[in-house]
Formats: sequence, structure tokens, C-alpha cells
Amino acid sequence: MIEMQDVYKRYPNGVTAANGIDVHIKQGEFVYVVGPSGAGKSTFIKMMYREEKPTSGKIFMNGVNLGELKNSKVPNLRRDIGVVFQDFKLLPTLTVYENVAFALEVIEEQPKNIKKRVMDTLDLVNLKHKVRMLPTELSGGEQQRVSIARSIVNAPKLVIADEPTGNLDPDTSWEIMNIFEEINTRGTTVVMATHNKDIVNTIKHRVIAIEGGKIVRDEQRGDYGYEV
Amino acid sequence: MSAMSKEVITAMKSRTLRRHFRESFKSLARNGWMTFASASAVTVTLILVGVFFVIMMNLNNVATSIEEDVEIRVHIDVAATEEDQQILREQIEQISEVGSIAFIPKEEELDNMINSLGEDGEAFKLFEQDNPLNDIFVVKTKNPTDTMTVAEELQELPYASKVKYGQGEVEKLFSFINVSRNVGLVLIIGLLFTAMFLISNTIKITIVSRRREIEIMKLVGATNAFIRWPFFLEGLWLGILGSILPIALIATSYSYAYDYIAPRLDGHFIQLLEFNPFVFQVSALLILMGALIGIWGSLMSVRKFLKV
Repeated sequence: MIEMQDVYKRYPNGVTAANGIDVHIKQGEFVYVVGPSGAGKSTFIKMMYREEKPTSGKIFMNGVNLGELKNSKVPNLRRDIGVVFQDFKLLPTLTVYENVAFALEVIEEQPKNIKKRVMDTLDLVNLKHKVRMLPTELSGGEQQRVSIARSIVNAPKLVIADEPTGNLDPDTSWEIMNIFEEINTRGTTVVMATHNKDIVNTIKHRVIAIEGGKIVRDEQRGDYGYEV
Repeated sequence: MSAMSKEVITAMKSRTLRRHFRESFKSLARNGWMTFASASAVTVTLILVGVFFVIMMNLNNVATSIEEDVEIRVHIDVAATEEDQQILREQIEQISEVGSIAFIPKEEELDNMINSLGEDGEAFKLFEQDNPLNDIFVVKTKNPTDTMTVAEELQELPYASKVKYGQGEVEKLFSFINVSRNVGLVLIIGLLFTAMFLISNTIKITIVSRRREIEIMKLVGATNAFIRWPFFLEGLWLGILGSILPIALIATSYSYAYDYIAPRLDGHFIQLLEFNPFVFQVSALLILMGALIGIWGSLMSVRKFLKV
């Protein structure tokens, strides 16, 4: 599903965040991306949803070369990808329901489909009883569940998460992980950048370690491999 | 089948449009003070531009009527026979810049002179027996600024004894009119640009607070056009909102000014532009300008948030 061939990314300020990356991620996989801060994890992830373009090399997403993808086609790419962030990125003036429905409204989904899909998705993340609340009235874990619901409501083939548990306490982090497990079980590919050693070492999946913009380790059912 | 899917697409579009309208109004209400500030920026500019424009157009009108009043008087040599006059007339008509030509016989000239002098004119009645004046061709050029060159050409023609057009005065008048037109144009353009930047900056502040909203829209795959629409409409409303006061102000004050000034100009060849249609034209222009600067300002400020 995702194929990177000899990908380099050099930012205008001279920082090289990707230094010859080759990787292949298959549909339905669950991949942890680990490594020290500033090693290039975020760039690696951002290039997948065309937030960043590679300086050289090729990135294929389901056969489409993202380096040559026209700006006008980027919205189509994004509709097949859900993205979750450490800071949730919810709209504070909208309710839980509206935050999730927002993702469907702005891609001009039919209104009759929106309600059912939003409610089904909120059911999946166990927030059906809080649809009318505002994000500020929720705990951090609940806010992240809303954010996950928003990322998957359009049934994307790929969910990308950049440190989704970074702001959460350990118990809540496990809850969030259960949801990602559930999403993955349904066939969605999950790529997650994380610093959470316990999670990586407990829920075993493929681990890609990045240092200095290079993949230094790529193991099926790997360990976190760094001391925290 | 294809008819049905077409229907679905149009239905979707009108729904989307309704959403954009709703969103643009919501945002105006939500950013109350910013709305006020932006609309005020438009208002102030349009008042300045509007007042200036009204004055400019009236001056221009006066200038045009003065220009149109400029004519070349060709005095025909007394020795010329009727045939010679006819030839001279044809030669004048052949000059391409010439718009109209009228013949005034010397008897009429004398009458005019006697009439224009009132009682003193009586003295000239003596000349009716032996008229010392010349027959005259009054020539007007299609474009008043060609007066000088045409006059020179006329000077060369046979039997044209004297050619008069107010030498010296006309040149000064034309250069004065030209300079004031250009200065006015530059000032209006300058004002418009100032307004655009004011509005663009004001709207930029409202957009910064909506950065996250735009960010999320992009993230979940909304198209740039979709994101831009509400801002486009918002700018449009701001512009229209901002043009209401200037239009009311200019319409009212022009009506007063017209009632005050017009009677005093009675009998002069200088005249103000009529309230109708002039004020309606100015109003349409102000709405249009308000809408354009509003839209331009808001699209300029949303642009940098849309970079992929």
C-alpha cells in the first residue's frame, strides 16, 4: 500500500529529515515508528499524506506517486487517509457530534449518510453518550477518542497517528491502543509514531526505527529498543 | 441513470452553496467586532473615493463642456467669390480631424455683435450698410485637443485670411484639464489600494483564529475551493455592508449640494451632473468597488493558509 524508494527530504533550513528511506508497508499492517526526537519520524509520516513532498525519491500510495501528485488531487488522497495527532486538533466551539460530522460535511457527503456514520463511529469509540458535549468538557482520553472517530468516520484505508498517546496517562493510553487495535482488526492499515515503550513492547507489531533520517531497524513483532 | 446522477450532483451543489452562505453569515456574527472593523475600513475608503469621484466627475463634465466650446473661426478673405468659398469648405472638410463646419455670413456676425453688446451695440448698426466683417467658417474638431494642429493646417488654405481659436488660452486650459484628470485618477487608485490592504489585514486577523478549522478541513480532504467559498462570501458581505453608509451619505449630500449649487449656475454653460442617473451610477460603482475590495482582501488573506 505504501512504498518508499530512496526518499530524501531536505528542508530549506538545511536539515535533512529523510536520508535515503526505502520501505514497504502492506495493506492491513500495524506499524510502530520509533526513534529519538528529531530523528525524522514526523517527516516520514507527513510525507505519506503529502503534508511534505520528498526532495528526491519516490513515494507510492496505492500505486500513485505522491511526488508527482498535483495539488488539486491532494484532497482525494486525504479522503483515504485518517490522521490523529498528539494535541487532538478538535474545534472547541463544536460539539463531539459536530466535530466528527465536520469531516464528512466538508467533503460534501450526503446529509442522510452523515448521521448514521457519525453515530456508528462514536459507538465504536464508546462516546455515544457524550455527543452533545463540547471538547472542553471531556477528559484528554475522551478528546483523543473524538479525534480518532473523526479520522476514521470516512472509512479510510490508512490511519496515521503521530504520538497519539503523548499527552495521555498510562491507563488512558491503553484504552486508546485498544481502539487502534480494533480499527486494525477491521482491515485498516495503522502507522503510529510513538515514544511509548510499554505499548510497543506489549502489543507486538512491526517496528520501524528511524535515526538521522534513516531506517536503522525494521523488525516484525519488534521491541521498542530504546531506554526511556 | 445519467439524468438521475446529474440531479444528485446539482442537489448536492445547492446544498453546499447553502452551507457556504450559512457559514459566511455565522462567521460575520461570530467575529462581530472584526466584522465591524472591516466594514468600517470599507466605509471610510468608499466615502473618500466616492466624494472624490463625485467631484472629479463634475470637474470632468465642466472640462468637457469647456473643451467642446472651443472652436476655430476661419475668417474668409473678402476677395473670395462664392465658388472660392465652396472650394475652401471642401478643403476644410477633407481634413480628417474636422468634426463639423458651419458657415456664418458677415451679416449674421454683425447682428450677433450688436446683440451681444446690448445698448452700446446700437452704434454698430451704421455698419449694416457697409459691413467691414468677414464671412466665417466655424470649425469644430472631433477631438478638442486636435484644435491646435487643425488650426495650423487651416492657416495654409487659400482665402483663409485669419484663423482664431483663442491661441494661448486653449493650450493652457487643455494642459490644466489633463493634469487634474491624471492627479484625480492617481489619487483614486491610491485610495483603493490603501483600502484593500486595510481590509486584507483585518480579515487576516479573523482568519488566524480559524486556522485550525482550515487545517482540519485540509487534513480530511476538503478542496481548496470548498474552503475558500465562505471567505469569498464573507468578503463580499463586508464590502456590501461597508458601501451602505457611503452611498446614503453621498446620495443625500449630492442632492443638497445640487439643490444649492444648480440654481446659481443657471444661465452659465457650466452645469452639475443631474442627480438622476449620476447618483445611481455612483452608487452602483461604490457597491461594486466595496464588493471587489472585500472579496480581494479576504481571498488574499486566506491564500497563505491554503498552501498544501
